[in-house]
Amino acid sequence: MSTDTHAPFEKDPGSPRGTGELIRLEKVTKRFGDHTVLDNLDFSVDTGKHVTLIGPSGSGKTTILRLLMTLLKPDEGTITVDGDRLFPASEKQVREVRKKIGMVFQQFNLFPNMTVLRNITEAPVTVLGMSKDAAEERARELLEMVGLSEHIDKHPAQLSGGQQQRVAIARALAMRPQVLLLDEVTSALDPELVAGVLDVLRDIARSTDITMLCVTHEMNFARDISDQVLMFDSGRIIEAGPPEKIFSEPEHDRTREFLSAVL
Amino acid sequence: MKWDWSAVADFMPYFWDGLLVTLQILVLGSLISFALGLVWALLMRVPTRWVTWPVGAVTEFVRNTPLLVQLFFLFYVLPEWGITFSALTTGVFAIGLHYSTYTMQVYRAGIEAVPVGQWEAATALNLPLRRTWTAVILPQAVRRVVPALGNYVISMLKDTPLLMAITVLEMLGEARLFAQQQFQFTEPLTVIGFAFIVISYLASLALRALERRLVH
Repeated sequence: MSTDTHAPFEKDPGSPRGTGELIRLEKVTKRFGDHTVLDNLDFSVDTGKHVTLIGPSGSGKTTILRLLMTLLKPDEGTITVDGDRLFPASEKQVREVRKKIGMVFQQFNLFPNMTVLRNITEAPVTVLGMSKDAAEERARELLEMVGLSEHIDKHPAQLSGGQQQRVAIARALAMRPQVLLLDEVTSALDPELVAGVLDVLRDIARSTDITMLCVTHEMNFARDISDQVLMFDSGRIIEAGPPEKIFSEPEHDRTREFLSAVL
Repeated sequence: MKWDWSAVADFMPYFWDGLLVTLQILVLGSLISFALGLVWALLMRVPTRWVTWPVGAVTEFVRNTPLLVQLFFLFYVLPEWGITFSALTTGVFAIGLHYSTYTMQVYRAGIEAVPVGQWEAATALNLPLRRTWTAVILPQAVRRVVPALGNYVISMLKDTPLLMAITVLEMLGEARLFAQQQFQFTEPLTVIGFAFIVISYLASLALRALERRLVH
């Protein structure tokens, strides 16, 4: 595959990416028992954009990422990715559409029984049908990008939390997703390890055309990378706009309260 | 009572025969119980009652009836339906089946102990269900349960003399036969008693070595 010899990601000006709508949620409702986490939510993300979801815990931000990753199913509504239906859809269709989406978790969720290298090559080989050599070459490039080349043969337990999270980022990118979902990826890290992970993500945001959906409490990071910030409260988006506006002159009282509490 | 070394010497040829049979029962029975227990544990996770209910009922029944009764049933009742196996084959199958109903619970605990985040990561990477099981979940689950499986191997060793009841000449069977013919009970029974201790000690050493290898 000729594409595998390229650098991990390159901005391609001729690519159709960067234009149009990539993700669309329509009238999505999600309940856990009596509690309505998302309430008739409409929301879309354009290709190549970096969107950050902020808001108090329990406001439904993480639920959106989990719905998009198909770890949860909505009770009502439709979800579309790149023109293809993700919900409701057949299992076969879900498997196809899901290839466009990658996710990095709060708790890393690396496979402890595999080396760093195999964590990254497992899915490209078994899901995308890449050759082992091509997958390993790509894994090396990605590990270099996240600064962990020398740890390639270690197991996750031998790495720090920050290193594990960087491997998890490389693992998600190895599948060449169009969308990267970042679910509070620094919340489980010791404070001194946060910066390394955020630097890697800043780098990816700057140097690639991947679409990012990010739930975070790191407001400076959100300000740096976001094209758009969505403020959630009680399962609804109460305010949306570019980071300069949301962080400097929010319109909504709830947004002001939230920001003054976290900043 | 006096100890007679010549009786020990006379018993030894029979002892080696019995030891071989005991080890066969233990090794084959363990393998059957490990494999079948995993099958039960996986079937119990099939999301339909048409599978889980019968599997649950059968394994519950086998677990809660005595192995000795099962041995008699398989050895004396099945032939009436035209199904006949040698005593050793029947015994190995019975003990393997019986213990599989214990190991299935061990596997279940091991599978449930794998963090849900592992399943989520597998979904996020789009791994097929089969691959998720074989490459992610089972390697972690099995690693966790090796010590518990090992305890059942030792347990099974101590149940192997039950096969004497269906004419299998394992160590106790050989000892009893020798004793009845020679009227010397002390020596053969003492010899096999020591043999049981030595086998379980060696087995636990082997299992500990396996555990250590799996941890790293």
